Amino acid sequence: MRDFEYEAPTTLSTAIELLAQQDGSAKPLAGGTDLIDHVRTGRLEPDLLIDVKKINELNVLELNGDGLRLGAAVPCYKIYGTPEISQQYAALTDSCRIIGGIQIQSRASVGGNLCNSGPAADSIPSLIVLGGVCVIAGPNGTREVAAEDFCTAPGKNVLEAGELLVEIKFPARAANSGSHYRRFIPRNEMDIAVVSVGASVELDENQQNFGSARIALGAVAATPLFAQAASDALAGQPVNAESIANAAAAAKEIATPITDMRGTAEYRTHLIGVLIERVINAAVSQARGEAICYKPGH
Amino acid sequence: MAKKRVVTTTINGDTHDFLCKPQQTLLEALRDVLGLTGTKEGCSNGNCGACTVQMDGRPVDSCLVLAVEVEGAELKTIEGVACGNHLDEVQGAFLEGAALQCGICTPGFIMQTESLLEENPTPSEEEIRFYLSGNLCRCTGYDKIVKAVQDAAEQRQTANA
Repeated sequence: MRDFEYEAPTTLSTAIELLAQQDGSAKPLAGGTDLIDHVRTGRLEPDLLIDVKKINELNVLELNGDGLRLGAAVPCYKIYGTPEISQQYAALTDSCRIIGGIQIQSRASVGGNLCNSGPAADSIPSLIVLGGVCVIAGPNGTREVAAEDFCTAPGKNVLEAGELLVEIKFPARAANSGSHYRRFIPRNEMDIAVVSVGASVELDENQQNFGSARIALGAVAATPLFAQAASDALAGQPVNAESIANAAAAAKEIATPITDMRGTAEYRTHLIGVLIERVINAAVSQARGEAICYKPGH
Repeated sequence: MAKKRVVTTTINGDTHDFLCKPQQTLLEALRDVLGLTGTKEGCSNGNCGACTVQMDGRPVDSCLVLAVEVEGAELKTIEGVACGNHLDEVQGAFLEGAALQCGICTPGFIMQTESLLEENPTPSEEEIRFYLSGNLCRCTGYDKIVKAVQDAAEQRQTANA
């Protein structure tokens, strides 16, 4: 592997300083499950890896009345290992359970998944539908970016040189709300999404109508997409096959999928409809406290 | 050229100090520096699980951990599973059930199974297959491995009853 230096700062300010000094040749290291492989294969050529796992701010995992704070370096297993998070932010833990295998989940962080900015990244649709806000620190202070605005192209995002993703924060969940994420893959596990869908719904008091909804799509465009029109199409509508089909039709409109070995563009577009129906229904079931017919990886 | 660092870690209950460069993975340090060659290299990119070890109680692919990251960590490798000449239940079940052919993937499967049974002593077949999905075997077709995990779980349950 390429020769590089390693630092493990314990404060955010030191990490930012190190990142800024290196003029783009330093990379933050969280779980390393993508980074170490990319350095090994020569896809990335850093001179310095900055291990960010000893920085308190990046290890925050805090759930309270204000919502959820998720430090950028928190590994997947800690997230789904917290039952209250699985209950309130189900889409997020649905994602964390199917990123790689169990060994990968011991190390891989949601922050890293977001910063790698893959079009098929399993956590990003969930971050979008749960209203995630990315807290970014840099030499000029701190700024916030909505999860749906973070990725700009495959492997690219809004982070400027010297900036570091610190945490993702989520608003508190409303009553009568539920969320879900799933992907279609030809296997049961350990694969990259052909198409993926995340959804969060808030039902009205009698749980028969959508109050509001947020839908996001993965692997059907250059970045994960927030499906604004599809989400708006559900607001105020009854929970039934027709309203969900209308949302699916609106979601298909914004997709620009490619044809590759995982599927053709037509196939991917079709899958958006199939997955939206399943994911919305699962999110509705979760909101109603009903059992969901879903097993991680199926 | 990055300088070598001294890393202090606990492996299978014993404290070790070793020298490594930042670019060396934990897998490389275990095998090439510490002589613990029971941990195998398969794909070296986190797909196959042959290099699985436990780090602070969690299973990890040691090819995707830098050796410098294990400073202060507690590691368990395949060498720490047997007690002297006495194989543990998982090793015994893999041997008795012929749950291996070439054997390269076996240390990783055994380490992953140890983690599974610590977390879930009575896993269903589906839970076994899901937990072991990060371990690839090109010889057995997995059925004998799943059966061996079930046998090991049963033996442990009986022993603890």
